[in-house]
Parts: sequence; structure tokens; C-alpha cells
Amino acid sequence: MEARAPYDKLIFELSAPGRFAYSLPALDVPSAEPASLVPAQYVRATAPELPEVSEVDVIRHYSRLSLMNYGVDTHFYPLGSCTMKYNPKINEDMARLPGFLRLHPLAPAAMSQGALELMWELARDLAEISGMDHVSLQPAAGAQGEFAGVLMIRAYHLSRGERRHKVLIPDSAHGTNPATTALAGFSVVQLKSDETGEVDLADLERNLDEDVAAFMITQPNTLGLFESKIHQITEMCHAKGVQVYMDGANFNAILGITRPGDLGFDVCHFNLHKTFTTPHGGGGPGAGPVGIKAHLAPFLPTPVVVKDDEGDYALDWSRPQSIGKLQAFWGNFGMLVRAYTYIRTMGPDGLRSVSENAVLNANYILKRLEGDYDRATAGPCMHECVVSARRQKKLGVSATDIAKRLLDLGFYAPTTYFPLIVDEALMIEPTETESKETLDAFCDAMVQIAREAETDPHRIHEAPVTTPVRRLDQTLAARQPVLKWRAPSP
Amino acid sequence: MRYISNTPAQQKEMLARIGAASVEALLANVPAKARLSRPLGLPAAMAEGDLVRHLRGLAARNANADDFACFLGAGSYDHAIPSPINHLISRGEFFTAYTPYQPEASQGTLRTIFEYQTMMAELTGMDVANASIYDGASSLAEAVLMAHSVTGRAETAWSRGVNPLYQQVVETYCEGPDLRLKMVRLGDGVTDLDALGKAVTERTAAVVVQYPNFFGCLEDLRAAADIAHAKGALLVVAADPVNLGFLTPPGALGADIVVGEGQGLGVPMSFGGPNLGVFAARAELVRRMPGRLVGATVDKDGQRGFVLTLQTREQHIRREKATSNICTNVALCALMATIYVSILGKHGLRKVGELTVAKAHYAAERFAAVPGVRLRFAAPFFKEFALTLPKAPDRVVKRLLKDRILAGVPLRSFDRAEKSTLLVAVTERRTKAEIDATAAALAAAVA
Repeated sequence: MEARAPYDKLIFELSAPGRFAYSLPALDVPSAEPASLVPAQYVRATAPELPEVSEVDVIRHYSRLSLMNYGVDTHFYPLGSCTMKYNPKINEDMARLPGFLRLHPLAPAAMSQGALELMWELARDLAEISGMDHVSLQPAAGAQGEFAGVLMIRAYHLSRGERRHKVLIPDSAHGTNPATTALAGFSVVQLKSDETGEVDLADLERNLDEDVAAFMITQPNTLGLFESKIHQITEMCHAKGVQVYMDGANFNAILGITRPGDLGFDVCHFNLHKTFTTPHGGGGPGAGPVGIKAHLAPFLPTPVVVKDDEGDYALDWSRPQSIGKLQAFWGNFGMLVRAYTYIRTMGPDGLRSVSENAVLNANYILKRLEGDYDRATAGPCMHECVVSARRQKKLGVSATDIAKRLLDLGFYAPTTYFPLIVDEALMIEPTETESKETLDAFCDAMVQIAREAETDPHRIHEAPVTTPVRRLDQTLAARQPVLKWRAPSP
Repeated sequence: MRYISNTPAQQKEMLARIGAASVEALLANVPAKARLSRPLGLPAAMAEGDLVRHLRGLAARNANADDFACFLGAGSYDHAIPSPINHLISRGEFFTAYTPYQPEASQGTLRTIFEYQTMMAELTGMDVANASIYDGASSLAEAVLMAHSVTGRAETAWSRGVNPLYQQVVETYCEGPDLRLKMVRLGDGVTDLDALGKAVTERTAAVVVQYPNFFGCLEDLRAAADIAHAKGALLVVAADPVNLGFLTPPGALGADIVVGEGQGLGVPMSFGGPNLGVFAARAELVRRMPGRLVGATVDKDGQRGFVLTLQTREQHIRREKATSNICTNVALCALMATIYVSILGKHGLRKVGELTVAKAHYAAERFAAVPGVRLRFAAPFFKEFALTLPKAPDRVVKRLLKDRILAGVPLRSFDRAEKSTLLVAVTERRTKAEIDATAAALAAAVA
């Protein structure tokens, strides 16, 4: 532990009065006392308590902070459900072209034709990839895509004079599904999974009635299983007038293999920051486009990018039945450029190969780990696998402990304790961009931890010891919240 | 195949280990009926050089603010972006990490968010700020929902001085819980306080105003706060934090929740997204706040460290009872803002404000001196102002494009009553030469 020489500064702690990093132009218009331009009560009485640092302070501080992170560029990051694949550098170059980066959202349409064309093309590509009829690029992230989708379903029912109150969601769902549903004004009915991990059709049948607006499922589901009875599910739902929503978080498993539109889904969202390689950025920005079937088109968020007969692009605002807007402008455009670049880089064969290799990699991990960890499900998985640390738990080693030990062995941790229906869950998503060598190294580490659980659990409980900090006191953080820096009292 | 690491030989080896004949065999759970029997109908893969040429072609068809004098605002602004920001955010350790679920391996991100929260709290004058919401509009929507959940009331008194695009977003978010916006008119560019007083009742959850407002005018927040608080409502203020190094922070004027679009803090305009939703509140409201929060704590050796905290508010724990459905937010944009504020620092943001306010007033004077053109409102403004033009603003804007000037935002599409109004924004980046040239071009266009 002595070997750790952690960097423990916040930018505020580097501050020295009189130091600065900015470069601002001289005033070139006639000078005037600010107080003569705006009434005194609007002028800040005291300067804000912000750092006074040099540019080299800034560069070194944030460079050093960055070294306290694991990222995909530096580490294998098998965080299940998050699709932490390699983020191509060319995407970044393209998103930074001045014609994209320095374009104002309210520039006249004639002066943003290239941006609108890119959006129109990307929406069309995503429609083809998903088998949907229309795609809105406006949602800022997956959860907002869900929100848009559920609101369109709500508007659809209302347009038919039906006020339905419930949305069905399996117990294996992401937390955003019930949270979104509640936000859209519905009550949530949780459905059971059957013993194989798929939707329990009997439970679905019991709960389907005329008060159900939608059934929201993840395909493949969060156990990494393709819902094999999907046609039956969508037919059962449609027979009761229930719309079927696909959470597209796991789209990386099905590119070119199957399409939600062909499976009977009415709505699905995409996470461009998962499947389509836009970077995760430490927690966003993402982008969560939403695809729909034609019957929901009147309710699409405004504005919609349209192309006229002359080949000119425009934003269409005249959509009286629209659910409205989700963010001030048109979508996370910078992310759209990256996703478009990726789709054009890969082409149709490349995208299919992505999913095939994602599935292969996940199954390889599952095979290599099944001797030492309990599988959550039988048979092959799709792009991710879930194992349980039940066996290790009996030895006093939890999923959290395993995650922490992995950090010491040079890997980010899988998603833990999710899905909620698996005890001590470890959800592992390798993605297609990782090589067999990396997967082997990770599996070796997992097997090593399983051995250590039997022979040296103390070592696991002490982990991590190589990270900038050791295990952190979460209870203290929540009980006495310290949510900002304060200058030490003199 | 690009970005796929395994060789065909390795793929075979892996299949052998799995005991599957082919990848097809692994897809056994996908019924034949579900299979796509043809290749996706997408253009074939492009080599990098061809793709770059194609995208450069698309980019070249857009008006970029390096080649035009940009007076566009209305929620996105051409503020200068210091060079270090792009270098630092491009470090893969920041760029390719995700939500810091494993804090020991994410202290870099957690520390930058903690710094960001501190900076936003300081600029807004509030006790606590979260790790970010998507953009200013969705932040405001979350604020309205939060005011509803804090007060249990369903009405919001909404100033017509709030960005109409924000209004549309908030209305979308109000659909589910069936909340109502009660519109409060303006009197000469700012919220009519008498009308506001009449609109606010015991059923009002929040009073919502923008500062400076959509038309650039400065609202009397103190008076709005008094009206709100007298009836037990919260004052929600939408404010652009880049202005708050110069302007009195809303927190000092009685705001309970301050939200805003933080794009001006070093985030590129990028055709309107990604942006940065700032969200700050008084301390006693913290457990009702949406989104991530980072808190300080100690590790098992007693060393300082940072974690995501108060997570029982959030969807991954609370599910349908969460304070919001937000998961992925805009951490990297928050990092841009953190670096921006570090660079500008204690005094730089005030200087940005001083340059901005001086240039905006110079521009307003020059433009309003053009025959037939006048300032739409007499109320004090900061960096944005509305002009009444003698000719259709759409046509004037089109005419000035020839001089490589993006003259402003015609407001007709936002409000039919404003068919002669052009909204003009001036940042510290505009030069006297650009302003003078624009005044001359404007004179020619309306003559």
C-alpha cells in the first residue's frame, strides 16, 4: 500500500490568487461601465469562488485524474448491458469537422443541408436495421427514447378513444423501463420470468387485458437470451390491442440477424452509445433514437426531418398529433455523426459480423467459466452471459468482492446484482471488438478468483489494493452527504 | 473485418471449445421465422478515405461559425472554446469510461463530477448541483416535475419569457402526471408581475422564469420569488451559467431550483446537441433531485475518495418510484464545462460577461440606428436582444447570408405575434468589425 502514491487534489486546491489560464480579446467596442448597461442589482456583488489556475495546472490536473479511470481504451470493460466496445477514432474526427461541430441549430435550413441529410440518412439506416417504418433521432439517451416510445403509445390509444392505464414489464427489465413508464403516467405491472429465463407466457396471458397499453420487453433479454416465443408474444398482445415495445439496449446481438419490426414490435429504441460505437464519456452523452411502425407516425416527436421532391431537406413542424419535443433542439447530433460514420464504415456484412462475433465471444466466456461459476441459464447465450457467484457466496465471497478483485487483476468489472432475478449476478458482455487473447486473460482471472475464494478469501476481501483508492465507505457518503468542495476554514 | 479482433482461425478454435459447429448453432434460440433472410439494405462498407471525403462533403454544406459572423442564440451560443478542453476530454480514460459504478476504478470521472457540482452550485448560487441532465429544456422539465413532487401541486405559473422550445419539452413531460402550465404574459419584454401575482395560487407548484429571458431581458427574480413563496410555491429559474460569472446568481435572489443550458461553458454548438443540462437546488430538496450525485467519502484506509451517492432516488434502485427515469446523462459535456470553468476561473467568467454585455449593447445601438429598425423592448438586456425589422426577418436573414453573416433568429416560427422580430445574440467572440459590417448589411437589406 505504501507503493500507492495517490494524486489527491481537486482543482480548487491548486488555486493561487492572481493565476489564470484564459485568453480573452481586448474590448474593441467603446468601453462602458457594465453598471451603466445593466441595473446594479443584476451585477454579481462578489466574484464566484472558482479556481485561479494556470493552463499547465489544468492540463496536468485533468491528465492525472484521467489516469485514475479505467476506460475501454485502456482496459477490458465487460460491463453487461452497456456494450463497452471500442470507439473508433475516425468517428471523433468526423464529429469535429467544423461544418458539424460549429453549426448552430437555428441556422437557416438552406445552410444546414449537409447536417439534415446526414440525419435523414441515419434515420433511414436505423429503420432498415430495425425493420421499423420511421425513426426519430431526437431522444438524448435510451431512457428518453423509452419515454418518447411510451408517450407515442399513449397518444395512439387516446387517439382511438382508449384510456389504458397499465404497462407490463418483466422482472428482468432494466430499471429505466418501470421508471419511464411511471413518468409517462402509467402504472407498472411486473411479469414473472419462467424457469428458462424467458417471459412466462401464462403470466402474460393472465395480465393481458383491455387496460394494458403496452408490453415492454428487452430483446434479447437481460439474461442474454433471445425470447424465442416472440411471435407468439406479439400476437397475444396485439389481439388485446396492446402495443409491444422493445428495449433495444441489447441490439448488438441481432444486427442483420433479426429485426424487431419483423418480430411484431411496434416500437423500439436504439442506444447509439452501445451498439453504434459512440463513446460512453464517463456517463454520456448518449443518443436514444426511437423507431416505430407506421400507425404511430402521427405521434412522432417534432420536428421531423423530411426530404422534398427536389432533394432538399427540412424540419417539419406541422404535426398536430405529435407528442411534442424531448429536448430543445433536434437530437444529440454529434453522436449521430459518429453512429453514421460507424454504419458506413461497417456496411451490411460488417454489421452482421459484429453481432456474430459478439455472440461468439459471449459464449466462449460462458463456456470457459461454467466450471467455476453457476450459469444463470441453460444453453447458448446471445451477446452477453450471466453467471452467479452463488457458490463463492457460500465461501463468503460476494459478486461485489469478485468485481473488486478483478480491478486488481487489470479488468473493469462486469455488471453486478443485475438482472435482479439472479442471486449474486455477474453480467458479462465482452463485445465483438475484443480478441480471444483478452477473453482468455479475463477468464483466467475469473478462474483464479474462484480458486482464491476457496483458498485465500481474505485476499479477495482486501481487494482492490492497486487502484488509487481502496473500497469506499458508501454508507458514510449517503448518511452525511458532502456534494461539493468547501474551502477549509482558515 | 474492421474493429473485430478475432481471426477466422481463432473463431474456429473458440467454436471448437464451445462445442458448436458454427455461430449459427449458437443462434438456436432465434427461430427460423424470425431470421432476416437477406443482407441489410445498407450501402456497402466504405474505406476510411472515401468516407472522410463523403462526410467532408456533407459538412461543407453547413454554415459553420468559423466562416460566418454568428449572431444566432435562442438557447445555443457561439462562445469561445479554449483549446485544452478538446485535448483533455479526448483522453480515452475519460472518453471511453462509463458511469462510475466501480468507484475505485473511476476516481477520475467521479472527481471531475464533484468539481463540476461545486462549480455549478457556486455559479447558480445554490447549495447543491447534480451531475447533469440532457439539456436545458429537459432540466427544466425535471425541475417542474420535482416541484410537483415536493409541493404535491399540479399547476405551474409559466412566464411567456421562457424559451418556447423549452415550453414544448416541459409540456411533453407534463403529459403523464397531467400537470398544467398557466401562461403569464409579458409587459415590455419581462414577466408582468401583476399578472404573475394573479396567476399564482395555493395550487401552484412552481413559478418558472428565465433569466435573462428568451428575448434577452433581465427578469426581476426577487419579485418573482416573493410572489411564489407567498403562496408556498417554488421559484424555478432557467439561467445560462456562462452569464452567471457576471450576473447576480439566481440563488441570491430567492430561487429554489436553478436549471440551465450549460452549452456556453465550452461545449460545441454541434447543431444543437449534445448539450449540457445544469440542475441545482436548495439543500433541503436534495433527496427529491433527479439524476446522479457524487459525494465525498473515505476508503478503508481513511483516504479521501468519491462515490455516486443518494442512489435510492434513482431508477436502477427505485424503478417506478425513482425521482426520474434518467440514466445516461451528459458526463463528458459536464467535463467540458468543468475544464472551461477551471480555465476561465474566478475572474475570467466575469470578463467574458463584461465583453459580452458591452458588445451586445454596442451592437444593439448600431442595429437600432438603422432606419426602420428598432429595439423591440425597452427592458434591460444582457447578451441577447430583439429587433423589430421593417421587412420580413426571414428575407433579411437570407440577404445577409451573402455577406457571410448569420444575422439572428426570426421569431415568427416561435410566436406568430412576433412576425417582424429578429432575435440577435452577441457573445464575446463577435468583433467590432463584424458588428459594424452587420449594421451596414442590415441597412442595405431593409432599405
